[in-house]
Amino acid sequence: MLRRRLNLLFGGDEKRVDSRTIYVGHRPGPATEAFIPPKFCDNRIVSSKYTVWNFLPKNLFEQFRRIANFYFLIIFLVQVIVDTPTSPVTSGLPLFFVITVTAIKQGYEDWLRHKADNEVNKYPVIVLEDGRKESEKIKVGDIVEVMEDETFPCDLILLQSSRDDDTCFVTTASLDGESNHKTHYTVPDTEKDLQSLSATIECEQPQPDLYKYVLSLRLVWATLKNTKKIYGVAVYTGMETKMALNYQGKSQKRSAVEKSINAFLLVYLCILISKAVVCTTLKYVWQSQFGQDEPWYNQKTQKEKDTYVYLKMFTDFLSFMVLFNFIIPVSMYVTVEMQKFLGSFFITWDKDFFDPEIQEGALVNTSDLNEELGQVEYVFTDKTGTLTQNNMEFIECCIDGFQYKNTDSMSELDGFCEKEELFLRALCLCHTVQVKEAGPDEIDEIDGVQVDGLAAGLSQPDEERGFIASSPDEVALVKGAMKHGFTFLGLENKTMKIRNWQNDTEIYELLHVLNFDPVRRRMSVIVRNKSGETLLFCKGADSSIFPRVRPEEVDRIRMHVERNATDGYRTLCVAYKQLSPEEYAVADAGLRDARLALQDREEKLMVVYNQVETEMSLIGATAVEDRLQEEAAETMEALQGAGMKVWVLTGDKMETAKSTCYACRLFQRGTELLELTVRTLEDGGRKPFNLVVCVSLRSWSNSNQEYGFIIDGATLSLVMNPSPDANSSRYKNLFLQICQNCTAVLCCRMAPLQKAQIVKLVKNSKGSPITLSIGDGANDVSMILEAHVGIGIKGKEGRQAVRNSDYAIPKLKHLKKLLLAHGHLYYVRIAHLVQYFFYKNLCFILPQFLYQFFCGYSQQPLYDAAYLTMYNICFTSMPILAYSLLEQHIAIEILLDNATLYREIAKNAMLRWGPFLYWTVLGIYQGLLFFFGVRYLFSNPALQDNGQVFGNWSYGTIVFTVLVFTVTLKLALDTRHWTWINHFVIWGSLAFYVFFSFFWGGIIWPFLRQQRLYFVFANMLSSVSAWLVIILLILLSLLPDILLVVLRKPRGPHARKVLL
Amino acid sequence: MKSEGEFVNQPDNTAFTQQRLPAWQPMLSAGIVIPLFTLIGLAFIGIGVALFITSQNIKVQELDYTGTATSSPCFQCSGLSIQNCTCERNFSLSELFEGPVFFYYGLSNYYQNYRQYGVSKDDYQLSGDTTYFLKPQSYCSPYQYSNNKPIVPCGSIANSMFNDTFRLYLLVNGSRKQVPFDGKGIAWWTDYNIKYRNPSPVNGSFAAAFDGTTKPVNWQKSAYELDPTDQANNGFLNQDFLVWMRRAALPNFRKLYGRITGGDYSQGLPAGNYTLQISYNYPVLSFGGTKKVVFSNVSWMGGKNQFLGIAYLVIGSLCVVMAIVMLIVYAKYKFPDNDDA
Repeated sequence: MLRRRLNLLFGGDEKRVDSRTIYVGHRPGPATEAFIPPKFCDNRIVSSKYTVWNFLPKNLFEQFRRIANFYFLIIFLVQVIVDTPTSPVTSGLPLFFVITVTAIKQGYEDWLRHKADNEVNKYPVIVLEDGRKESEKIKVGDIVEVMEDETFPCDLILLQSSRDDDTCFVTTASLDGESNHKTHYTVPDTEKDLQSLSATIECEQPQPDLYKYVLSLRLVWATLKNTKKIYGVAVYTGMETKMALNYQGKSQKRSAVEKSINAFLLVYLCILISKAVVCTTLKYVWQSQFGQDEPWYNQKTQKEKDTYVYLKMFTDFLSFMVLFNFIIPVSMYVTVEMQKFLGSFFITWDKDFFDPEIQEGALVNTSDLNEELGQVEYVFTDKTGTLTQNNMEFIECCIDGFQYKNTDSMSELDGFCEKEELFLRALCLCHTVQVKEAGPDEIDEIDGVQVDGLAAGLSQPDEERGFIASSPDEVALVKGAMKHGFTFLGLENKTMKIRNWQNDTEIYELLHVLNFDPVRRRMSVIVRNKSGETLLFCKGADSSIFPRVRPEEVDRIRMHVERNATDGYRTLCVAYKQLSPEEYAVADAGLRDARLALQDREEKLMVVYNQVETEMSLIGATAVEDRLQEEAAETMEALQGAGMKVWVLTGDKMETAKSTCYACRLFQRGTELLELTVRTLEDGGRKPFNLVVCVSLRSWSNSNQEYGFIIDGATLSLVMNPSPDANSSRYKNLFLQICQNCTAVLCCRMAPLQKAQIVKLVKNSKGSPITLSIGDGANDVSMILEAHVGIGIKGKEGRQAVRNSDYAIPKLKHLKKLLLAHGHLYYVRIAHLVQYFFYKNLCFILPQFLYQFFCGYSQQPLYDAAYLTMYNICFTSMPILAYSLLEQHIAIEILLDNATLYREIAKNAMLRWGPFLYWTVLGIYQGLLFFFGVRYLFSNPALQDNGQVFGNWSYGTIVFTVLVFTVTLKLALDTRHWTWINHFVIWGSLAFYVFFSFFWGGIIWPFLRQQRLYFVFANMLSSVSAWLVIILLILLSLLPDILLVVLRKPRGPHARKVLL
Repeated sequence: MKSEGEFVNQPDNTAFTQQRLPAWQPMLSAGIVIPLFTLIGLAFIGIGVALFITSQNIKVQELDYTGTATSSPCFQCSGLSIQNCTCERNFSLSELFEGPVFFYYGLSNYYQNYRQYGVSKDDYQLSGDTTYFLKPQSYCSPYQYSNNKPIVPCGSIANSMFNDTFRLYLLVNGSRKQVPFDGKGIAWWTDYNIKYRNPSPVNGSFAAAFDGTTKPVNWQKSAYELDPTDQANNGFLNQDFLVWMRRAALPNFRKLYGRITGGDYSQGLPAGNYTLQISYNYPVLSFGGTKKVVFSNVSWMGGKNQFLGIAYLVIGSLCVVMAIVMLIVYAKYKFPDNDDA
């Protein structure tokens, strides 16, 4: 990977190959000999796929890349080229219909993208040189003015800020989900008059790494906060911005239903080919009999006689393929797609998902996975922000072994003891919290705006101050300190001011911030107080602090920390150390060097941090409560009741996570917990698996026991990436086996990547269960992307999870309805849709196949071309679409009340081979019935009372009429929820069929070369026998279904209610 | 409760968007199905009985005249090279054959539903469009041109038109008395009146409209000579031609030849001895087919067909039996929805 290089060079310098030179304000630097305006792309963001001009060819190309569409195109071409029984229109028209509908859908989606692009591209910005212009016209080198709360139109380098200290604050919530305000500094030493500034910037070519940006680079889509305005020079524009480079289309997720469809398609393809082979073979066997090859009344044309017999066989085979190709339903794809697209609106429309707090409802990012929501077997949930509210409250602290509740006042009359003061000062100083400045004239505004973790001071109106921080814990701690008398007043010019309990203002010089990172799990500040002492305050997770302080101090605190963790609180330990001037000088130099390092800066910083943060003394610990989300326990219970296994994957520590699990009722009182953590590993003498296996084997024998399993990140990495030895895969399997036998699994201390690893492990395990990940933060993105279904919670930790999710909901409690009601219904709907489609095409084509045995295998179609074409797109498509959008075989309330109903459709129950066989047999039964019923009727074709006889088209029309009525009524039988729409489309379709048949047969169509159906339908209706046979066959076809419905256990909503 | 509309983004609270459209939720419970089955069963049995009796009352007299057996009177005609052969078949009726009597000819093992055969016609020609007289469509091949002259009507179907003719005689006191066939109204009304059209006469001559064309290869007469006595039955509007052009659905079929309605026979064919004189032209032995004629009367359900009646009776009884079985099952096990109020 290219290492990032940035040099700010005033004046000329040699150009590097992988760098770009930007002339600020397009003014050539003084030392540049020849000013060649460099070419960069413009600032237009293009997320759309098509333009007006390339839409047609590009879209067509993409559509025909799909196997199914390509297959139909081939069939169509065969029809055009070879002399086939049906005209190319019969398959061309449905294909055209399908392609058009898909193109319209994709065109609409692209139009939306165009609109969104335009909104960004036409956004007015102020450029210093040209004044107001549209965002898309920004060129690299332009100096751009950005006002407060505006988003950056492109990647900028900050030149000037309205703040005195040459800083500005930005939030990148829409970029990476971090809602904290980041401070950025202007390029030092720039002239105040930007109009006359002449400078060049040399920087690397665009690259996507979001976090490797330079000191003062502002990113596109970041929002300016708390700063009136800034000026910056455009560095990367348009598609070269970091954001655009980071925006990669998510990999397509395919649902299990789609896999089933493909399997069924394969079966039907086999049926199709074998039908064609059987017919071709029999044709030639039959023709070899006496007098059948070329009877005198049906002489061959010269061309036919000249054709080679093998070529003839091949074209015969193709013709049969074309004749039977309707068995693979063209329109199924478009119907499935429409069902998914339209069906997903019900999620966005559901007002139960609307959260008044954030003023938003659910969001559907992909409609392809609706039915997968009904198939979930494993739920992987994040803890913080998902199970819990991520709304922290300072509960208690422990200083030097003494416990202080939030309610008791520390400031007794005798004041604080030294340790207490130190502890509270540490809380006030050791953080990255910013104070939202509220001048007297701006108070109103503050009241109205509740942005990004901004929390206004609670009780005292004069303390009307908001704190802004990257993590809610920090705010909680600062506010906790405030309650106890120490108020953080703000950070200005590297000095931190706090007001102590005696109302004196203390001033500290902020020397260094050793930022928090998830590996160290702590952060520190180095400050200098008025008396010149240099102090380091450090706070962090107990596990990361305890090794770095004196052991005897640890013992006093550890008990409290552990008890707090068991109560479900988040605990942090606070430590400090006094740095001697020499020590500070060393640390200072180390930090500065590392910070300026161009290479491996992170690694170098880490080393220095670790050196500095040693030999501290522990002051105390804090406990912050993170409340459970509303109805978290109920939701988890419902999910478990529905047969899902819930795994909690959290970065938090074990005790806290465990208590959350108990609170959520994931672990019950009776649940036996199996722990596999670093601690148990040490006890077990480095033989983790034998131990656990022993534990588990012993326990499995006790069959009714419920188990919970706990593993931590360190141990997990041992399992996932063991040293190269023979047992490595055995460990994984063993781990999986144990986990799968537990009702709930808790994985704590997880890195984001490990979360994804676990999801992947389960996803690829035996039986490939359907997994669902739910989370709200940027650290959950990897598992959201990895799982079959990714759910984002529109929580406090920004939008990263939401943007990468498939579905986003405002609250955890909404998951219950999303899965148990929506998921269940979607699954049932689409499963029925798929089975029905195959069934209706099977009994559509079977009579045509059987007819070949009675027409000398001559590929004579049974039905007229119009019927062949319209069957799938007009006569039978609307009822099933309406069904697949509206069906509620069980009412939503009942689905929500009885989580166990979800188990009935688990493991793709409705699309397995059993149900498929049932539908196939039904289709074959009905197809046979249609054909032979009419066949026996036609043993005497004189069916009218005037003695006239019916011909072959009457035969086909009778079969077709029975067919259309039967498949529609079959659907009517399956419909449990008849809204007016169902009534309208079902009866409407039948009426349309009758109307169309009259119309189609009622006119001599000038464009048809054969008027085959002229008055065939009307004549058919004038025959009593035809009526009788139609009624008979419809009833007989539906009889097995009616019986089944009656004999099966009642499942309808009413019956459910009665049972309860 | 907060009033709606307070939140801009709140989804519409309509029955449709919330999936709460009022719906009818039918339950096929035993309480409905058992009476339903009983009713349907009884109705079907009723219809079945009616169909069966009606079908039983339809009289049918079939005579095979293929002449495969040497004893058959038409044996000498069935040879390949014999032209203008006539044979006779005698039969007797012991009682009155109630009228109106329909006279059908039937062919077996004859694939009128062959695809290539079926498309081999030109509907534009047959609708009287003379531009297609000189340039028949290529579907008519191999009966498109004959000796470089376009064939009208072209194509295999027209070319293979059935050309046996029949005369029926009643033997009265040793002398033959011809029973007239009425050949009108044997084709579909719409075929005769709308779908098929003769070309307009040229200079008052119907035959002149066919100038420059030739008759189908197997025909003895041109299209305009099919019925010289009756212009309304001539050309493409010849009823026998129309009947032939409506292709049969199955390889064993019958087609209507005429009705016996006139004068003395309006009550039907009286008992007595009959002779059917057949002018035997149509070869069927080369493809293993047979020929027959059928006398039949028809009812409201059409010709004789036992299938419908029996099927209705069987299904009707099946329904009743199932209703009874269900009743027993439900009475015994009392499914919960049985006492669903």
